Amino acid sequence: MRSRWGALFDLALPLIATLLALLVGAVMLLFLKANPLKAYWALVVGAFGSTNAIAETLVKATPLLLVGLGICIAFQGNVINIGGEGQMIVGAILGTWVGLHFHHWPGWLMITFALTMGFVGGAIWGGIAGALKAYFGVNEILSTVMMNAIAVQLMNYLLRGPMIDPAQAAHASKIPQTARLEMAYRLPRLVPTRLHLGALIALILAFLVYLFLWRTVWGYRIRAVGKNPHAARYGGIPVKKYVVLALLLSGAFAGLAGVIQVYGVNYRMITDGSATGFTGGAGFNGIVAALFGHLHPIGTIPASILFGALLVGANKMQRVAQVPSALITALNGLVVVFVVSSEIWRIRRQRRRLAAQTEKEETTEEETTDYTD
Amino acid sequence: MLAKLLSASVLIGILASGVRLATPYLYAAIGETFGQRSGVLNLGVEGQMLLGAFFAFYVTLVTGSLWLGLLAAAVVGALMGLAMAFVTVNLQAEQGISGIGFYLFGLGLSDLLFQKLVGTVKTIQGFPPIHIPVLSDLPVLGPVLFQHNLLVYVAYALVPLAWFVLNKTTIGLKIRSVGENPQAADSLGISVAAVRYYTIIQGGVLSGIAGAALSIGLLNVFQQNMTSGMGFIAVALVYFGAWRPLGVLGGSLLFSMVNALQLWMQVVGVPIPPDLAVMMPYVLTILVLMVTVSKVRAPSALAKPFEREG
Repeated sequence: MRSRWGALFDLALPLIATLLALLVGAVMLLFLKANPLKAYWALVVGAFGSTNAIAETLVKATPLLLVGLGICIAFQGNVINIGGEGQMIVGAILGTWVGLHFHHWPGWLMITFALTMGFVGGAIWGGIAGALKAYFGVNEILSTVMMNAIAVQLMNYLLRGPMIDPAQAAHASKIPQTARLEMAYRLPRLVPTRLHLGALIALILAFLVYLFLWRTVWGYRIRAVGKNPHAARYGGIPVKKYVVLALLLSGAFAGLAGVIQVYGVNYRMITDGSATGFTGGAGFNGIVAALFGHLHPIGTIPASILFGALLVGANKMQRVAQVPSALITALNGLVVVFVVSSEIWRIRRQRRRLAAQTEKEETTEEETTDYTD
Repeated sequence: MLAKLLSASVLIGILASGVRLATPYLYAAIGETFGQRSGVLNLGVEGQMLLGAFFAFYVTLVTGSLWLGLLAAAVVGALMGLAMAFVTVNLQAEQGISGIGFYLFGLGLSDLLFQKLVGTVKTIQGFPPIHIPVLSDLPVLGPVLFQHNLLVYVAYALVPLAWFVLNKTTIGLKIRSVGENPQAADSLGISVAAVRYYTIIQGGVLSGIAGAALSIGLLNVFQQNMTSGMGFIAVALVYFGAWRPLGVLGGSLLFSMVNALQLWMQVVGVPIPPDLAVMMPYVLTILVLMVTVSKVRAPSALAKPFEREG
């Protein structure tokens, strides 16, 4: 009985943290002489008020979920990947390039190929950071930040030069964007809204990532390395390889998020010179979603929808209550701070429970006997 | 083209810009050095810089006083530091992740306040260059080193000061012992919490000033996300500089010189796509990190929350 209440408490913590963040946001709104109730109501209506609104929320949630899945893998392996932005960009570049280069393929074939290329592109970008960490001791936080900056410039260069839309190249304005993808190459829409197949793919992948992390040897080893690298090494796990694998896979899912953004929403790549111009900040917000979902792939699903809703609702809020949508970025930051701060209560409770448990019996939790070869 | 780049006046221009561009990195990275030496990884520097840059700009715009602007940047940096200290010291939150939270908070809030309070791009009169008598007339060295604004000089003066405080004073010893072995420091009666509060708040103040150095020193304007990753680079420069003020100086200068070089290459018209040129300092930083990092050991307690046993 006690553990059920405990589980409920664990689930409620992020919600309490969110409510606190919204409360602080309300105070900020009062300072800016905006009515918080009106602003938040506009937010809710904007995110869930109509079929279209819900579809938009899910469209925004898709890249958050995909990036978040990668973050789950990385953080379970105890590597901090803040290179989601760069990995999304590189995945999108590779996936878009094949779509523009090869013509008249059957749609399903090109989509499969392009998504694979996006996966590979992100994997390369994340894998480089992984290799730098494993074999050169370069902190992954630093390398992923640098790789973000490099990816943005790479995108700007390609969209202004080699990959620019021929129509724009001929034009004086030279807007840095690629040509549009052929109709057949675009991800099919699910209902008569902008909701596309990518959302479904992300949902299925969430279950696969769960199975990967908790039901395969590789996933088990990534988590073992994350929990205690010394014990993992002692247990015969090649730690370096699994550090690289964790960052590589993490990047791959971000890359997939990038290419799906192109094939499902924009049908072309366009840059305003910054990373967020293309990603919409999903590379960072995906981290928020994953944390909110307790770094569990399934938990990340509702978390992504929540943050997708915040992003979509923010636009409505901006129109109705004249509150800049930047408020949502600030609130996301507060949510992260509050969620990680609230962890202390969960950990304390866990410790108490463990202490009580060890008094009664010697057996420990989870699969300690599996896979130890 | 290359001849043009190698002409004396251009070379002096590159060196002088490099010295100037290093300023925000120096403030932020010196602050971060103190934090990391005491075992705290602050990834929120970027957010602190943005808020510092905004408040310095806004207060200067409204009051017309650069000094009040600078003060505002320091105060808002200190407040951000205080919040970060509470979260990481008292609540023992994961430092890397809470830092990202503070980054997003600063990013959003500075943007929000800018849109609500300023609205359009405006410029101000920033700190004027001070020509140091006699020295500024020296050939080459004069324009490179002695014709900058006050915030630039102070940034460079901070380097020996930070070295002295870290290595030759009691508080420096406390900071280092808390970063290396908090349990031992605690048993000797040093308050781990107090030391970390001090370094995190000081780091916040310096990050705030780093932002001010940008908005009322170098560019004299505020724009959304104007730091565009500089705070994260500053954190990288601390690793790069092996947690030593002199190393941080070397890293900041190298990074900024390469940045100045690529800017001048575009000015002079070297036929390299500007987007690729902008990449140069980042690629270089990764390469240097590859060669240097593995040889130096980080503070043992870095990013580990401290909790008294028993």
